[in-house]
Amino acid sequence: MSADGGNLAAPLAALLELTHRCPLQCPYCSNPLELERAKGELSTAEWMRVLDEAAELGILQVHFSGGEPAVRRDLPDLVAHAREAGLYSNLITSGVTLDRARIQKLAEAGLDHVQLSIQDVDHQTAAYIANYPGVQGKKLAFARMVREAGLPLTINAVINRHNITRVERMIDLAVSLGAGRVEVAHAQYYGWAIRNRAALMPTLAQVHEATRHVEAARERLRGQIVIDYVLPDYYARQPKACMGGWGRQFLNITPSGEVLPCHAAQTIPGLSFESVRHQPLAEIWAVSPAFQRFRGTDWMPELCRTCDQREVDWGGCRCQALAVAGDAAATDPACALSPMHATLRALADTASSEPPPDFVYRRMTPHDSKAALATTTS
Amino acid sequence: MTIPQLSSETCPGLAPGVRLTFDKARDRWVVLAPERVLVPDETALEILQRCNGTTPLDAIVDELATAYSADRSEIEHDVRDLLASLVEKRIVTA
Repeated sequence: MSADGGNLAAPLAALLELTHRCPLQCPYCSNPLELERAKGELSTAEWMRVLDEAAELGILQVHFSGGEPAVRRDLPDLVAHAREAGLYSNLITSGVTLDRARIQKLAEAGLDHVQLSIQDVDHQTAAYIANYPGVQGKKLAFARMVREAGLPLTINAVINRHNITRVERMIDLAVSLGAGRVEVAHAQYYGWAIRNRAALMPTLAQVHEATRHVEAARERLRGQIVIDYVLPDYYARQPKACMGGWGRQFLNITPSGEVLPCHAAQTIPGLSFESVRHQPLAEIWAVSPAFQRFRGTDWMPELCRTCDQREVDWGGCRCQALAVAGDAAATDPACALSPMHATLRALADTASSEPPPDFVYRRMTPHDSKAALATTTS
Repeated sequence: MTIPQLSSETCPGLAPGVRLTFDKARDRWVVLAPERVLVPDETALEILQRCNGTTPLDAIVDELATAYSADRSEIEHDVRDLLASLVEKRIVTA
């Protein structure tokens, strides 16, 4: 498949980052280092138009995300609008800002599913990772209220060196909270996580141990809970089909309306992104140079273009190729055939063998001051 | 844990968070579930459309056997196979 546009398939899902505001400061946040401020966010009417355009384009599922999407007071209105447009809606939340009344309101608006992140089962480590005292208690209460409102629940646990020994207990916690599904997802090293790589990276032995626990839990809990396991790229031999392939199934919309092929795409130099404020979503999907850049297989380096896995992994992750190989068009270093594969593994081995440095918490402030400086001097 | 054999009286329904819907853009039926879009084949669709939480498994088999003038035991085998796998994936509750 090449990007001729003639028979371009429509995307299946969209991640809608309603806001970058969030009460938590997790050091592996997928948001960019340059966070969007509230005044730049799309309005309610603009998001509603985006939902209509998404449904019209053929998108089936929308994920309301952030930041923390529930800090937007219009969340129930947007959920109701998505429902009217025939979209399946998922709320990706930290769970610390919603009370019983608002959860009920979201259920009545037609929300299909809730995905709650947890940092750990250990309350103290959870508070340390989120930089939010008492975070675990709030999350547990939230999970119970979600189930009482009759909403299906997925627990998402981001695995890193601070919690990796408790993977089994995190899965059991998900079961006890009545979740139908749990994602055990090793941190993915883009955005804030790459800044915090040394503070997050587990050892290979720890990863093997965690994988064994996940496999045992899958057997033990068959039919009770679905366990999705996201392997860590740095210890992989085959790259993931990142986003199911660039510009193939998925798009991401930032709080200010920029449309991205993946949430870290802004780190790639030379790409510019269109906004839903100025262009219809369908047109952006079809003709945006950023989406065309790595769509299909024509862009691939020789190594990938001649590989029989090219339409399985679609070349893996562009942002990781950039971050580690220094070139977004290189083979993903997670691939064992990449000349940079040994470098990737060495980065992980070195990082994980040393004591963890302090976290650089996800915060808006330092980048705001930079942004302000840039504005005054340009 | 092993999957219990489905009883003939059980009334299968779509699991919470699962919707069977027509995908206009692609002119096909789809099952929408958390982080998943499944495309049922013709047989699976016929079965899923009858998973309404009120029709017993036995009646679903009868209906399909009549509709397709097919051997009842064959149909029953297909229905049970599909439902067992969908229960495990939490697409269907039974």
